[in-house]
Amino acid sequence: MSQALTVENLVKVYQSGKMALKGISLAIAEGDFFALLGPNGAGKSTFIGIVSSLVTKTSGTVRVFEHSIDDDILKAKQLIGIVPQEFNFNIFTKTIDVVVTQAGYYGVPYRQAKEQAEHYLQQLGLWEKRNETVRFLSGGMKRRLMIARALVHQPKLLILDEPTAGVDIELRRSLWVYLEKLNQQGLTILLTTHYLEEVEILCKNVAIIDNGEILVEKSVHSLLGDLTGETLILDIDSILPEAPQLEHFTCRLVSPDSIEVDLLEPQTVNNLFTALDAAGIRVLSLRNKFNRLEELFIRLTGHTVVEGIS
Amino acid sequence: MINWVALKTIVRKECIRIFRIWPQTLLPPAITMSLYFVIFGHVIGSRIGLVDGYNYIQFIAPGLVMMTVILNAYANVSASFFSAKFTHSVQELMVAPVSEWTILLGYTLGGVIRGLVVGAVVLLVASFFTHIPIQHFFSMLAILLISAWLFSLAGFFNALFANTFDDISIIPNFVLTPLTYLGGVFYSIQALPPRWRVVAHFNPILYLMNGFRYGMLGVADVSPWTGLFISLAASIFFAVLCYMLLKRGKGLRT
Repeated sequence: MSQALTVENLVKVYQSGKMALKGISLAIAEGDFFALLGPNGAGKSTFIGIVSSLVTKTSGTVRVFEHSIDDDILKAKQLIGIVPQEFNFNIFTKTIDVVVTQAGYYGVPYRQAKEQAEHYLQQLGLWEKRNETVRFLSGGMKRRLMIARALVHQPKLLILDEPTAGVDIELRRSLWVYLEKLNQQGLTILLTTHYLEEVEILCKNVAIIDNGEILVEKSVHSLLGDLTGETLILDIDSILPEAPQLEHFTCRLVSPDSIEVDLLEPQTVNNLFTALDAAGIRVLSLRNKFNRLEELFIRLTGHTVVEGIS
Repeated sequence: MINWVALKTIVRKECIRIFRIWPQTLLPPAITMSLYFVIFGHVIGSRIGLVDGYNYIQFIAPGLVMMTVILNAYANVSASFFSAKFTHSVQELMVAPVSEWTILLGYTLGGVIRGLVVGAVVLLVASFFTHIPIQHFFSMLAILLISAWLFSLAGFFNALFANTFDDISIIPNFVLTPLTYLGGVFYSIQALPPRWRVVAHFNPILYLMNGFRYGMLGVADVSPWTGLFISLAASIFFAVLCYMLLKRGKGLRT
């Protein structure tokens, strides 16, 4: 299988002197659903900006389906569809014109562009709004319009920069279903997101980026396999004055009727319940303190709080 | 080099914009020029008599058309391209496989179209006030087209450097308008004192204005070919300059 995106030693130093990317290398196979994860300021948007020609790289190589952005930029661009993080429409334009015009930029003749625009606006539930001026669309509609615009020329690689940011749960889940369907049809997808649940549900492979460097790049399945423990929060049916002492487990009191337990390998939830039973503690409900990927993410990046906010 | 479908798309987008905001683009020149023709042409012009063998309203008509074309071509491209930068919608073009020449040609053709449309509106208004003779149609058309393209390119150049809406109003307000008025719209430079006549020759708009007046009336203070040559040379210069700046991503890429 060929590579959809190959990046080698990518460096970006801004005029201010800030080194946003410190020699990143990664490869995304054709057909992959790939997540690029990282905290704010990690370099994700710079990376996407370089691939989509909005940011000039300092050094390194980028190839899109083997077309270098240095030597063959127009062919590379033809294969990419971009959904940026911020809305970047002319807000006085009609919804359908946004999509048809974008198709025209990619060389799709007007009549065909209108047909393709109708197809994607229908699929994304915007056809009824086709003659509405963009500024009158809701935030969720604008988000879907950006996806329709990115797909209208039928790219082979779709890049989404936090596509579900600020989107309600219902729409987020419907977008997940739609993106999953596109991926199953063969579209390669590169996604950045803050919703780790999104990565766990959708993505096959993931790279974690922090401070301009890739910390880890592997399959989501294998990354989750690296998790050697998790923290559970248990709601109990009694009032405890202090954290219970359980053999092989570390417990902390969250509130008088709630405790936090570290579950480390090779311990299992069964072992924990046996210990709790022996201590006479009945559990009403249990949940993970963190999403599993979130736990790993925090461990890898070392970020637990946002710097600068006290 | 040129992506023709993309070029047509940009021009179509620009035309939709020009006609969508017609109260800003088409109506003001019609009203302003009607006032010019009434005040300068009829009220004041009737007391001036003939200039170069034409009555005053006929004499000022070519200058008013050229002034409108220059200012509108410039304003169209500078406002449209800067707005695209300001709203980031220019990114739609930058991520697409559209060459720099296609972008430049698309936007400047939009400026040329607006220039020609408002020029036609002004001619139409003028025809309500007086008979408009056209002596050399093709040279008139040539200098009109090249001047519209030149000032569209200049507007594009301005927009590339602009960071605020103020930045796209400085040149038209403080450079183009004064130079246009001093370029012989309302008078023949033969009427100036000798020293000011020499100074007037340093104003490039004088040559465009007179080139166009030659096309319409067959009279000019300077050779019409000089106007044609200056506008052509300046257009090529600005086109290459804008292309190089676009290629570098000036004002567009970080």
